Order: sequence, then C-alpha cells, then structure tokens
Amino acid sequence: MKQGTKAERAGTLRVKRGLAEMLKGGVIMDVVNADQATIAEESGAVAVMALERVPADIRAHGGVARMADPTKVEEIMEAVSIPVMAKARIGHFVEAQVLQSLGVDYIDESEVLTPADSHHHIDKWAFTTPFVCGARNLGEALRRIAEGAAMIRTKGEPGTGNVVEAVTHMRRMNREIAQAAAAGDDQMMTLARDMGAPVELLREVAGAGGLPVVNFAAGGIATPSDAAMMMQLGCDGIFVGSGIFKSGDPEVRARAIVEATTFYRDPQIVAKVSRNLGEAMVGIEIDDIPAGQRMQERGW
Amino acid sequence: MVGVLALQGDFREHARMVAASGGTPREVRTPADLEDIDALIIPGGESTTIGRLASLYGMVEPLRSRISDGLPTLGTCAGMIFLASEVTEGDQPLLGALDMVVERNAFGRQNESFECDLAVEGWEDAFPAVFIRAPVVDRTAPDINVLAAHDGRPVLVRKDHVMACAFHPELTGDDRVHRMLIDLVA
Repeated sequence: MKQGTKAERAGTLRVKRGLAEMLKGGVIMDVVNADQATIAEESGAVAVMALERVPADIRAHGGVARMADPTKVEEIMEAVSIPVMAKARIGHFVEAQVLQSLGVDYIDESEVLTPADSHHHIDKWAFTTPFVCGARNLGEALRRIAEGAAMIRTKGEPGTGNVVEAVTHMRRMNREIAQAAAAGDDQMMTLARDMGAPVELLREVAGAGGLPVVNFAAGGIATPSDAAMMMQLGCDGIFVGSGIFKSGDPEVRARAIVEATTFYRDPQIVAKVSRNLGEAMVGIEIDDIPAGQRMQERGW
Repeated sequence: MVGVLALQGDFREHARMVAASGGTPREVRTPADLEDIDALIIPGGESTTIGRLASLYGMVEPLRSRISDGLPTLGTCAGMIFLASEVTEGDQPLLGALDMVVERNAFGRQNESFECDLAVEGWEDAFPAVFIRAPVVDRTAPDINVLAAHDGRPVLVRKDHVMACAFHPELTGDDRVHRMLIDLVA
C-alpha cells in the first residue's frame, strides 16, 4: 500500500460544484421535520431541503419567511444519511453563516423566503459550504455564479403546483445559451450587457454550450409528468417543494416522481408511476397571484 | 462498449471520460441494456437512491451475475458502496462484488469534502483525487488489493476485474483510473 497523501483542500470550486454533480438525475425534496425527511430518503430522494414551512404555506400564511430554526435543521440532519440543504434569505449572510456552522451540505439563497437585502445577494465565495441559487434566465444565473453559487435552479413560481413558470425559465435559459454559443467574439460584450451577465462567464458558456454548473428545475413541479418534462427540457434534476408533502399521499407521490426523473424518456414508465397517486396539491393559476407576490421576482 | 449505470448520479461525466479514453459509452438503466456491454461503470451519486432504483427495476441480480461472470467493473464513490458486501450503518441494497465493509460519509459532511494529491501504487505521479462526502473501506477480505489509502484508510481497491474508488476520477481530466478498466476490455 502506498502512502504519503499531501494536504487536503476543502471548499474548492471543484468540491462545491462536485456535490451538485452527484445529485444529478435525482429529486431534492422540501421537508419541514425529521419524519418527512425520513419518508423522502426512503422514497429515493438524493437530498432534502430543510425549511420551516413549504412554499405553499408561506404563500398562504404571508408574513416574513425566514431561515428555519437550527434545532429543526439539526433534527433533519440527524434523521437522514443523504445531503441536507437549508434556505437562507436573499442577502442574509448571517443566516448563511449560521447554516454553515450547523454543517448543512448546501445553502439555498432562496426567493421563497422574504429577501433581507433589496440590492445585494450573499457573497458566496466567503463560504466553505456551497450555494444553490434560483434564476429565470442566463444573465441571472451567471450573476449568481459570479457571486460564487455552485449550483443553479430555475425559479419557476414556488408553492403553486403550476409548472408553467419553470418551463418558461428553462426554455429561456436554453434559448439564451444557444444565442451565446452562436454569437461571435465581436458580439460578446453587447450580449453580456443586454443579458446583465459577466462577460467572462458568458464566454465560458458560449464555448462550452452550457452552464459551468449543474442546473435543476424548481418551482411548481407537482407530478411525475412535470418532472419528466423538465428533464426532457434539459435540466439536470428536480426540486419538489410543496408538491410532495401537500399532496394526498406523499410517500407514493415521492417515489413516483423519483422514478419518473430517472426514466424521463420512457412514457410507459411515467404512465405506470402516475397511476393512483391520490390527490395532487391544489394548484394556483399564475395570473391569479397579485402583483408583488410572485416569488420569482425577488432577486437582483 | 462500456456501460455506465445511469439510474442517478454523474453518469454523463463518466461517459465523457470513456469517450475521451477511446471507449464507446452506453447508458444502462434496464437489464436489457446490460446485454452487450464489455465493461461497466457505477457512477457517483446517492448510493441509497441508486440502490433503491436498481432493486425496484430488477437490476440487482443481473448486475451480480454479469460481474461475477467476469465483466470488468469500476465503481466510484456511491459505486464503491454499491459494489461492497456490507456498509457500517444502515440498510441498503448492495451487490457484494467486493468482499469489503464500507463506511459511508466517512470524512464527514460537505464542509469536510476535499481534494488532494493521492499517491497510488505503481503510478509515478500522484492522482488528483476529489472526495465528496466520500466513503472509505473499513475492512476488506485479504485478497483485495489496496492500491491507495488516505490517512491509512483504503480509497482505491481492486480484485481481479473489479475495482472501486472513494473519490471521483470522472471530475478530473486524469483518465488513469478509467484506463485501468478500459485496458481490461479485450
């Protein structure tokens, strides 16, 4: 046996982005307690997102939504062996410091919570714990990556059970990546200005034909077909927020969404797992959400 | 043709690595996909998720029998766990292709994940090893060859045509681990 390993380097870009790579093709589920976390893990979730209330309840109850109680986050970390993510408010770097000190595996700087800073996001380079952030388009995704995000997700419209906004955001992202890839060097600065994207990252996207980090779908996914559709549109994996634990039979639905995410190109399997799921969460029409209450519009 | 188990995880990175090393990758999701492959990679991902899906879709027995019939196989991270005969904690489907006990998340959580230059038996240059919530081999049968260890704990092992590592060669540009597998394909 050969020995003599050199120093360990923690919190590098590769280590942060690498965990997201391992979650690909999987489903990350919102949970509010240890019991839900256990159900999620047993149903095949690749990670859980710890939060105080799922987006549908945040929407229903109103008020200021904040980071979850550390006791609750720790209970969830104790209950499962899969990675645990937790949400901090946009710009609330102290909530993020607290979550890092608890040892969560990923921090979601999330528009689902009430923003704490109306101009700035968290400087994510200052942390060892990796961050995931929401985006509606390429410019927003690249601004977050420039701030240190190691994973991106579509914003969609959380807590609605309505997939339309997630679809819009994923298609826009795909369209803008294709646009960047087709643009010449002489167009890059203007494109970067128009998209609000850092030009160096835009060049990287143009060269690679894709984002430099993993991109999941989130915000309104409620059924196995929703998950498979997002996968066919090219996302790397699925976040389900309210869709599971606000449905009639969370365990059955969780399993079905996991299987549909793996076999997303096989409609027979998606059909099979879609049978007898019980009631889906009640959906909300996007146009019925009053102006100023769309979570996707939070973030700068 | 090198099959990459594509139930969940970073199977696309492995496929890219196989293609870059001159092999032909193929995604494997069902028993039928196993039929005409000459080697197999079990990727990184969540071992509980991969194990559950493999068991649900009837993959465990076909995988066991192909591997015990001599199919060259490489498992990385979650793949190492899946190839083991036992885990120190919890209960999840395992292939038992390597007679060893594996400890999951052995270095801790994500904040303890790291990169390092790893010395490997028989290789002149260190390997750029990326450990992400990585497992280690807790103990092995005596006939399993330990090719590399970190802090005295085995992280790259091999027995005949089956090899496993706790780190992620697919996240680097270094194809030496993949070459060990591809070189076994006649």
